[in-house]
Amino acid sequence: MSSNRYKVVRNGSSPAGFSEIPVLGYELFHEEVTSMLADERYHCLNYSCFRSGEGFRFICVIADDGSGEIRILSHIKKDDGTPLRSLTASCYAMHIFEREIYENHGVLFDDHPWLKPVRYPHDRADRLSVMDNYPFYEMDSEELHEVGVGPIHAGVIEPGHFRFICNGERVLHLEIQLGYQHRGIEKLFVSAGDGLHRALLSENIAGDSAVAHGLAHAQLLESLAGLEPPVSLQIERCIALELERIGVHIGDTAALCGDVAYQLGQVACEALRTMVINTTQFWCGNRFGKGLIRPGGSNFPLTEESAAEILRVLEEVDRRYANVTDCIYSLPSVLGRFEDIGIVTRKQATSIGAVGMAARTCGVPRDIRATHPFQYYRKMEINPVMQETGDVLARGMLRALEVRESVKIIRRLIENWRNCAKETGRPQYDLRFRPDCLAVSVTEGWRGEICHVAVTDNDGKLVMYKIKDPSMHNWMALALAVRNQEISDFPVCNKSFNLSYCGNDL
Amino acid sequence: MLKEIKILSDHGKQYVPDLRNQPVSALFRGRPVITADITAAEARKAAALCPAGAIDSSSGAVDLGRCAFCCECALAMPEVYRFTNDYRISATRREDLIIKPGQSEPLRIDESAVRKEVRRLFRRSLKLRQVSAGGDNSCEMELSAAGNVNFDMGRYGIEFVASPRHADGIVITGPVSENMSAALEICYEATPAPRLIILVGTDAISGGLFAGSPAIKRDFIESQHIDLYVPGNPAHPLTFINGVMDLTGRK
Ligand code: SF4
Repeated sequence: MSSNRYKVVRNGSSPAGFSEIPVLGYELFHEEVTSMLADERYHCLNYSCFRSGEGFRFICVIADDGSGEIRILSHIKKDDGTPLRSLTASCYAMHIFEREIYENHGVLFDDHPWLKPVRYPHDRADRLSVMDNYPFYEMDSEELHEVGVGPIHAGVIEPGHFRFICNGERVLHLEIQLGYQHRGIEKLFVSAGDGLHRALLSENIAGDSAVAHGLAHAQLLESLAGLEPPVSLQIERCIALELERIGVHIGDTAALCGDVAYQLGQVACEALRTMVINTTQFWCGNRFGKGLIRPGGSNFPLTEESAAEILRVLEEVDRRYANVTDCIYSLPSVLGRFEDIGIVTRKQATSIGAVGMAARTCGVPRDIRATHPFQYYRKMEINPVMQETGDVLARGMLRALEVRESVKIIRRLIENWRNCAKETGRPQYDLRFRPDCLAVSVTEGWRGEICHVAVTDNDGKLVMYKIKDPSMHNWMALALAVRNQEISDFPVCNKSFNLSYCGNDL
Repeated sequence: MLKEIKILSDHGKQYVPDLRNQPVSALFRGRPVITADITAAEARKAAALCPAGAIDSSSGAVDLGRCAFCCECALAMPEVYRFTNDYRISATRREDLIIKPGQSEPLRIDESAVRKEVRRLFRRSLKLRQVSAGGDNSCEMELSAAGNVNFDMGRYGIEFVASPRHADGIVITGPVSENMSAALEICYEATPAPRLIILVGTDAISGGLFAGSPAIKRDFIESQHIDLYVPGNPAHPLTFINGVMDLTGRK
C-alpha cells in the first residue's frame, strides 16, 4: 500500500530516495505515528533526527509486522528551541527515542514523562548534563531505602549503574543509568576511512552480537549500493547468525544455573557453549565470528569441511543440551528460583515496545526473521518460538527451545547450501552508494531486532548512521520485571535478559 | 538421578590439560609472521590497507597492540603477511608487541620488565578485578571463559574477584570511555598495593578502532606502569592465561 504520508520500503531492499519521503507537518506526523502505533501490528524500528540545511530532519521508521512493510515518515523542525508535543505521552514505547533526540540535539518534548539522559554522549547538546548529577527518581519516606549498584559490578560484565528503591527486601522501583560504555561509534561510521574500517566497527558495536550487527551493517551498505548478495552468501550469513544465537543462549543457560548454584547445569552448558563457539572459530578463526560478515562477500566462504563440522558438533550439542535443559527445568530447587520471578506482562511488553526474546517470552510474537525476513530467511518458513508467562523461567525455556529450533534451521540451511551455486565472492569495501537516500536494515540477533539506518548526501557519502540494539527497548523490561521482587532476585532477572550495555551506549 | 549421570558421562573430561600447548583451529589468528624481504612498496601498500593503523608504512612491522586481527593484510598479500595460530602473544613491554619482518621465533615475555614483588607475591595466587571501560563484551566474555570448566585458570590460583579490595590487580578491557574513566581510576585506587595493571584486548592496549574517538579518555592508563599487555580482538582465554602465568613465573 502506498500513501502520501509515508514511504514504503522493505527490509534490506532498495533505499528510499529522499525526495520520495513525504515531509509532514508535526501535527499530522504525530497523528500518523500515534495512530499506527496504537495497533499492535506496528512497532517503531527507529526514530531519530539529524541536522540538515533546514533545521532538524526527523525520521520515523515503523515496521508493519502484518505485511512486512517498513514505513518511513518524516518531519522537519526549525532549530528555534520550541518544544514539540511528545509521542511518548500517547505511546510509551517512544520514550527512549525521544530521550535520545533530546539528549543529542536539545530538542524539547513538553509532555514527555521521563525526559532523562540515555547515555551522555560526548557530543550531547548540553555538556553541563553530567553523569554525576543524573536525575534519579526519588521517593521520600522513612520506611524506604536506596541501594546503588555499579557502575562496576561484582562479575566480569560491562558497567552500568542500578539504583533500587526498596521497602525492606522488596524492590519498589529500579532505575537503570547507562552511558559508561559510550565510545562514539555512530560518528565513527560516518568518519571512517573506508568500508573495511566500518565493517570492523560494526562487529565491535556489541561483541556478543558481532554477526547480527555485522550483518545489519553489511545488508545496509548493500542496500545503499543496490547489490543483491548471491544465494550462497545469504545462506552462509544465516548459518552464522543461528550459530551465534545457539552459542549465546547456551552460555546464558550456564549463567542462569550459576546464579542459582546449580553447578551441574552450569558446567555442562559452559562446555557445550565452548563447543559451539569453537566451531565458529573453526569456520572463520574467531570464536565470536568477527571477520566472518563483510559487505558484498566473505573472507571465509563456507567449505564442505566447515559445514560437516558444524553439523557434527550441532548433532551432539543438540542432544546433550536437550538432556541438560530437561534436567534444569524439572528440578524443584531451580524452578523455585525461576518460576513467577521477574514477570513482565504482555501489556507491559507491548507498551514499552519490547522486542525479540523479551517480547516473545510474554506472548508478543516479534521476530524479524518471520515478519521482515532478510537474506535467506526470505525463502524459509520461520515460526517464532513463544512463551507466555513472562518470568525468568519463560526466558530460560525460550532459550532451550530456540536452540533446538536454530539447530533445525541450520540443518535446512546447510542442505540448501549444498544444492546451491557457490557464488560467494570477496568482500567489497569500495561500494558506491546511491546519493540522497535513506536505507533501513534489520536483523534478528539472539537478543532481538537490530536496526541500522543510514543516510547519504548528494555525493553518495554517508552523512548519518543510526544503530539500534534491542537492549535500548528492553532495559525498561528489566526495570519493570524486578518491581515487587526480592532484591536478591535481581541477579537472575538480569541474567535472564542479558542485555547489552555497549549496544545501548554506542 | 539417572539423568544427571547421563549428563556427566556425556560431559566427560572437559578441562584443557595443558594450557601451554593446546591445539587451536588452523584459522585462529595469533602471532603474525612477516617475510624478511618485504619491500618498501609492499610495506606502504599494507599500511594503507590496514584499517587499524597497525602496520608501519616504512618497515611493514605489525603492532599487535593496534591490530584488529581482521586478517586483511594476510589475505591481500599472503606472500608477505601470514598469521600463525600461536596464541602466546602477551608481552610485558609495549614495544615487544611490534612484530618485525623476519621475526619468526615465539614471543616470550621480557623477564627484566617484571617487578620483583610480582613473582614473589602472586606466583601461587592472583586475585584480579576486571573493569570494562567501553569494552564490547567479547573480551569480557573471554575473560569469564578463562575461568570456566574448559580453561579453568582457577587451578593455578588465578581468579576474578568481586571487589577491588580483595584484588591484587585490575584487568582493563575496552578503549577507556570518557564516561568510565573516573570509575576506573577509583577502582584502581581501591586496590591495595602492590597491584598489577593488565590490559586485555586491542582496544585496551591502544584504543584500537576507537583510538581517534573524542568519547575516549586514556590519560589514566597512559600515566601508569602496565604489567602485562594481552592482545586480541577479543583476546583468547589461552592468550590471557598464558600471559598471566608467564608474568607471575608460573611454570
Ligand atoms: S590483521 Fe591487523 S595488521 Fe593486518 S590488516 Fe588487519 S588490523 Fe591491520
